[in-house]
Amino acid sequence: MPFGDERFDPHTDYPIADRRPDLIRTATGKRLESITLDAVAAGEIGADDLKITAELLERQALVAEASGRPALVPNFRRAAELTQVPDQRLLAIYEALRPGRSTPEELARIADELTETYRAPLTASLVREAAAAYTRRGLTSEVRGG
Amino acid sequence: MSSSDGESMQGVPPSIRSGRFRALDERLVNLDGLVHEAPELGFTAMRSPGDPPASLRVMDGIVVELDGRHRESFDLLDLFIADHAIDLSVAEEAMAIPALDFARRLVDPASPAGELRRLAGGITPARAVQVLNHLNIVEMMMAAQKLRARRTPANQAHVTNAKDEPALIAADAASATLAGFREVETTVAVARAAASNALALLVGSQSVVGGALAQCSVEEATELTLGLRGLTTYAETVSNYGTEAVFLDGDDTPWSKAFLASAYTSRGLKLRFTSGSGVEVLMANAEGRSMLYLEARCLAMTRGTGVQGVQNGGVDGVAITGSVPGGARELMAENVLAMLWGLEVASGNDAMFSESEARRTARTVPQFFAGTDFVCSGFGSIPRYDNMFGPSNWNADDLDDWLVLQRDFEVDGGLTPFSEDAALAARYRAACAVRDVFDELGLPVIADEVVQAATVAHGSYDTPPASGVANARASDLILERGITGIDVVRALATRGYQDIAERILGMLKQRLSGDYLQTAAILDPDFHVLSAVNDANDYAGPGSGYRVEGSRRDEIAAIRQALDPRKVPSVDLRWPAVPFALHECGPAQPGVTPGEVVIGLGGAFGAELDRTLAGIDHGLVLKELLAGLEEQGAQIRLVRIRHTSDVAFVALAAARLSGSGIGVGIQSKGTTVIHHRALAPLSNLELFSVAPLMTPEHYRRIGSNAARYARGEHPEPVLVDHLGQAIESRYHTKAAALHLIETRRVVPGAAPVELAVEWEPEIGPSDPVLLKTGNREYVNAVR
Repeated sequence: MPFGDERFDPHTDYPIADRRPDLIRTATGKRLESITLDAVAAGEIGADDLKITAELLERQALVAEASGRPALVPNFRRAAELTQVPDQRLLAIYEALRPGRSTPEELARIADELTETYRAPLTASLVREAAAAYTRRGLTSEVRGG
Repeated sequence: MSSSDGESMQGVPPSIRSGRFRALDERLVNLDGLVHEAPELGFTAMRSPGDPPASLRVMDGIVVELDGRHRESFDLLDLFIADHAIDLSVAEEAMAIPALDFARRLVDPASPAGELRRLAGGITPARAVQVLNHLNIVEMMMAAQKLRARRTPANQAHVTNAKDEPALIAADAASATLAGFREVETTVAVARAAASNALALLVGSQSVVGGALAQCSVEEATELTLGLRGLTTYAETVSNYGTEAVFLDGDDTPWSKAFLASAYTSRGLKLRFTSGSGVEVLMANAEGRSMLYLEARCLAMTRGTGVQGVQNGGVDGVAITGSVPGGARELMAENVLAMLWGLEVASGNDAMFSESEARRTARTVPQFFAGTDFVCSGFGSIPRYDNMFGPSNWNADDLDDWLVLQRDFEVDGGLTPFSEDAALAARYRAACAVRDVFDELGLPVIADEVVQAATVAHGSYDTPPASGVANARASDLILERGITGIDVVRALATRGYQDIAERILGMLKQRLSGDYLQTAAILDPDFHVLSAVNDANDYAGPGSGYRVEGSRRDEIAAIRQALDPRKVPSVDLRWPAVPFALHECGPAQPGVTPGEVVIGLGGAFGAELDRTLAGIDHGLVLKELLAGLEEQGAQIRLVRIRHTSDVAFVALAAARLSGSGIGVGIQSKGTTVIHHRALAPLSNLELFSVAPLMTPEHYRRIGSNAARYARGEHPEPVLVDHLGQAIESRYHTKAAALHLIETRRVVPGAAPVELAVEWEPEIGPSDPVLLKTGNREYVNAVR
């Protein structure tokens, strides 16, 4: 893990906001205590200051696993990847994954984009899997006329 | 209606109807569309001949057979479930456990929930259905009590109105948080109002109490946009369906839903999916499967996406599920399966189940008593007509019922009693805050009269006409200008609402830690997370798990309607008072006059107490009784019975003093008996036990009958009409309090005292013989 130097015990460090606030950074690198009403009033807090980081999501994945709820882990890991994808692109990829919206090639391009641009291999794999399933069940845009 | 074919009516004309059946036909339960099972159409709750056998075959780490289907014939749902929802590391072990054994472990408090969840990861939807079919409803409740994720139960409110009126949404959100709801959910009357409603809900939800999560249920992409903007703090209405055809009608696939889940999580937003049986039948594509099997597929998919929880238990299809045998049992089975698969459960009880109050209440019994993460996934905190999801199973008018039920059973249904004053203050503040935020952000004006009306309104019928154009315009501006939660915080702070601004900022900051992304997370009013991780359900039998005790029990007990039984209950006079005084004239002597009737009064009659439970002044009771006796020419004596307060013994003591052997006993609360000295104490000639239904006329007729018994006649007994009121629940606490006062005056062994009655007495506070005190104020007032 790229942040392995900060020791974290998923069994005892949850809730992170209460027990390990030192680990919390905003997407712009601010600390939790710097998100104040005064800072908001001064216009110092933007939308990106209220976005969770990949690091925190990975820590939450560890907490889920340690607390006997491993089913949550893949979602936390995909989410960690998606922190790098801008809002509008996120919405567009979701739209592309809905039935009849995309050709298999378009989905393959999205998977490549996720891998190469956003370093999101787990999500890319989900998209490739979707492309295969859609092709098999006739849900690609050529078939459904989307 | 006609009698069923093949039943002989044996001479009864065909047009004849039973009065009883006609009455039954008119009961509200018979407005419910109940049907026989039709498994081929999906009209079957717990099992269907069309359900597949449970099977699982794995080769080289790939599921090649799932519930009787080979991989090459998997549909989308099978594929997703096979590849994402089954924990292959435990599948062999778990599928080897016979369904009945699995079922027994679910119920056994000694079988740990964590181990069951681990094993459940390896079972297929069809096996899950088999397991649940072994449980009756009480066993399901036992299972849920152990398996639900969070230790502390909670509840969720719907906050909507038919006008999309922002001030009213904010006011209702504030009331809802005051009541203790930990999630509030809005939706729209008109789709374009989404952003305006979401903003109003967000402001209202933090106006007086912190920490309630807020969501706006709209089309998937819009809902996500609102979440990304920080105008909502969680999402729920991300729907899953149990057949491929219906899933596609929902314009999604398991993969698009899985992506959506990760998208929400990537922005630190809590999410749960929605499923719930009946919808596939409603959409005519149930594929001949049982409702429970289709829901099991939904839940497997939900689990496979890695989303933390689900809203299920009928939801929009609940009336379909409720139409067939075992429907309400199936609703609980769905909830239990979701818990078993490790999901947070917001357990339905939202869409109205029935027109019948008995059915509606009973439908909620399993979740209410066992406890779920959110007992209602939408208690309508507004009137039925304002619920834009459709009326809920519980609505604003039912709030006191819910609070009293919590108290009755010492069960935590997530709500807390609150005062009218607190509600008004909360609503006004929320409505003002949203008005000022709209103004600060340059959104259409919310008029002061709307704020005033929203503060006191029961619902949108009570607020001025709203402009759909203005609401849509507000929403358009919010979206066009990219207004975010941060802008709302700034606007509130600028307009002097520092506390609300802090709380909304506190909600937004939750996204940074992601603590509330864990299973079944809620925030307490101080923004501390309670989830399955740090508030894990630890039920393991009696003495363990969540208990209603300590200060929480006090809160639940303290409903606003409760009275102090130590105090004299207030009873309004329903007839004019008749001023009188009773004078004691020495020990009562046995009577010798044959036609004599003795009236025995309870110890507090006309003394410490002054009126009956029916609101009849004691003077009037006495006047009517004496008039009835006099009309029949009876000799009358009046005595005070001091050694007992029991009406039978009061009457018997009077009868034993009576020359005719007939006595009438009257308690202060109005209960009356006509007795004969030769009868056993608890036998009698006539008993009038339902004091609250008595009128002055009844007392007159009692007097008349007593006189006729004294003459040896057999008069027609006096009947008191009972219209079916819940007399006991209405009056028993008051009856007990009044009886307590009378009983305190009992002097063991004290002999009866002869009384003289004086009508229209001169009142003097120092008059030593004047025993009557209760309605002195009234007497003085009429003089």
